[in-house]
Amino acid sequence: MKKRVGLFITCLADVMRPSIPMAAVELLESAHFEVHVPMAQTCCGQPAYNSGDHRTTLALAEKFLDEFESFDYVVAPSGSCMGTIKTHYPDVLKDQPDLLRRFAAIQPRLFELTDFLVRVAHLTEAPGAFEGEVTYHDSCSGLRELGIKQQPRQLLSLVPGLSLCEMEQCEQCCGFGGAFAVKYGNISAAIADDKCANIQATKARAVVLGDLGCMMQIEGRLRRQGDDTTQVLHIAEVLTGKR
Amino acid sequence: MESQTLHFKARAGQKLADQRLQQNLKKLSAKFVTGRAAAIAALDGFEQIRDAAVNRRNVALKTLDVWLERFEAEAQRRGATVLWAQTPQEAADLVVQIARKHDCKQAIKSKSMVSEEIGLNAALEAADVQVTETDLGEYILQINGNEPPSHIIAPVVHKDKEEIADLFARTHHTPRKTDIPEMTREAREVLRAKFLSADMGITGGNFVVAETGSVALVTNEGNEGMCTILPRVHVAVTGVEKVLPTLEDLAAVMRLLPRSATGQTISNYFSVLTGPRREGDRDGPEHMYVVLLDGGRTSLVGGAFAEMLRCIRCGACMNHCPVYQKIGGHAYGWVYPGPMGSVLTPSYQGLESTQDLPQAATLCGQCQVVCPMKIPLPDLLRKMREQQFEREMRPGMERWALRLWSYAARHPWLYRPGARLASRILRLMGGERRRVQNLPGASGWTAYRDLPVPSQATFKQQFAQRAKGKTAG
Repeated sequence: MKKRVGLFITCLADVMRPSIPMAAVELLESAHFEVHVPMAQTCCGQPAYNSGDHRTTLALAEKFLDEFESFDYVVAPSGSCMGTIKTHYPDVLKDQPDLLRRFAAIQPRLFELTDFLVRVAHLTEAPGAFEGEVTYHDSCSGLRELGIKQQPRQLLSLVPGLSLCEMEQCEQCCGFGGAFAVKYGNISAAIADDKCANIQATKARAVVLGDLGCMMQIEGRLRRQGDDTTQVLHIAEVLTGKR
Repeated sequence: MESQTLHFKARAGQKLADQRLQQNLKKLSAKFVTGRAAAIAALDGFEQIRDAAVNRRNVALKTLDVWLERFEAEAQRRGATVLWAQTPQEAADLVVQIARKHDCKQAIKSKSMVSEEIGLNAALEAADVQVTETDLGEYILQINGNEPPSHIIAPVVHKDKEEIADLFARTHHTPRKTDIPEMTREAREVLRAKFLSADMGITGGNFVVAETGSVALVTNEGNEGMCTILPRVHVAVTGVEKVLPTLEDLAAVMRLLPRSATGQTISNYFSVLTGPRREGDRDGPEHMYVVLLDGGRTSLVGGAFAEMLRCIRCGACMNHCPVYQKIGGHAYGWVYPGPMGSVLTPSYQGLESTQDLPQAATLCGQCQVVCPMKIPLPDLLRKMREQQFEREMRPGMERWALRLWSYAARHPWLYRPGARLASRILRLMGGERRRVQNLPGASGWTAYRDLPVPSQATFKQQFAQRAKGKTAG
């Protein structure tokens, strides 16, 4: 009997980069999980949470529980969204004992994609291939809220032809910060410039990461600076070879 | 100190355009980030040491009133005078009154951020007391037209050697020097005369110790010793939250403070000052005062921001903050910059005039990681934002957009077609290069970055299609 995985698409990837959740489906299915995608899902609530809109966050947290608590596992191809769910929902739900109980029951079954592929699926081979060097950017929430550090590196080592070349300050924020990137676009871009310079200094063909927000920030800034060659890829895209 | 927090955006823009400042700010990561990392790595059992110190600070703050009263009793018993100030103005007035009482005309100062908070130099000058900053960084700022510090422990981090060389030549009327030891010697020669003639010494207080009634001072230049021993009167000015019950507590937090601040295992100088000169003592002031400032601190006790009171002012949060690293301390507009300042300034001054501070953070979480007191700074900034949201303090457009998005996110029947529509429009706009360079309504993004846009229909559309195919097949 295959275990059932509920895929949390993430609202941004649904629209802006559907190849990411598509690759996640492929990876999960190749690891013999039955992938389910609740079609009513929208957003984890992070934009509301970080804007101080508690009521919306609470409503979306409850919606998440309704849609996902029946699965054996819930997986999201984003450290930021899963960080909100796994790390911050307890705070969001703190005055709702019933919801908090339901959340506690599902919490151990919540995973960011690379964490799941390494610790639960025990992935030993990757369907994709990549010729050349890549560098890896550790996105803040995944790294600091969920401890995602070795997992993506371990997975990248499975990709034939790929070699990893670490950049300076790979754990430094890229400057995205959600609405921060729009409200303080100039500061955000200045922070991104350091990230771009560190990426370019490695001579890697691609920067790989696990969060679409950071991808859009880095790719957007690289292109604006005139760098049309450095690829910006989600780790699921690299693992499947599909973009 | 006069608050400029309302002008955050404009000032941040100026700082980003200042190429010299951008170069100077790079020193932060080169020096403090690397230094801290090495010092923490070399400390066995850092996590346990940190947990223990956090616990000790929590114990002290839980019964703050008890320890403050104990401190007062012990300090008075040893001949010092403890004075209480509710507001920054009151604190400044108290110091002025002390100067008058003892007929002090020349004051020398060791570095103190609380003295910035209460605008002490201006208050003393207005009362005809000449004040000289003796910390090298603070001295540089003072002779540069009383410029405010841009960092709580490295006040001139925003300046480079060349700028200071010009300033010294101009102010001291000496040939321009660029050799740092020579420049330091020049400043020392100017300050020496001040040290010898001063009748009042002013310091901050990194901590005050209840069981002994002592003031603990952490410095690197030795000027503090001159300020506290030579003049007739020593006044220490600090915040009420800095009280520690015992010397053991002091030892516990001191294992973390220099390491977190500068990467030193211990600062060059560490003084624990207890009372004025006693009979038979060879040196020390005739009179010792401790002015304890509330200034909004006690309003945090027991509230949502209470954890902020643990702060020991090491500056690690700003050293590691990607925003601070780009705009420096002046952009924040008041005494305390960076993440800790973005919690403290609105707490002390109200959210009305400090709108930008809680918002201007990426919430990357690194400040919390490096904070020796484990203050959950991102959570506290988020709580500030919650208050801004509840009080409808954010701009109308922003609130309106959030409300619209919130409605859609809670109603999938609306959200899904909305997502499909957005995808279609973006694909049309993106063209072959699959990016948009100017998106109306999102200029905050596209003014600085391209917007990469999708090349395919939404994932949900594709997945539904795929499922249909599977059923059909």
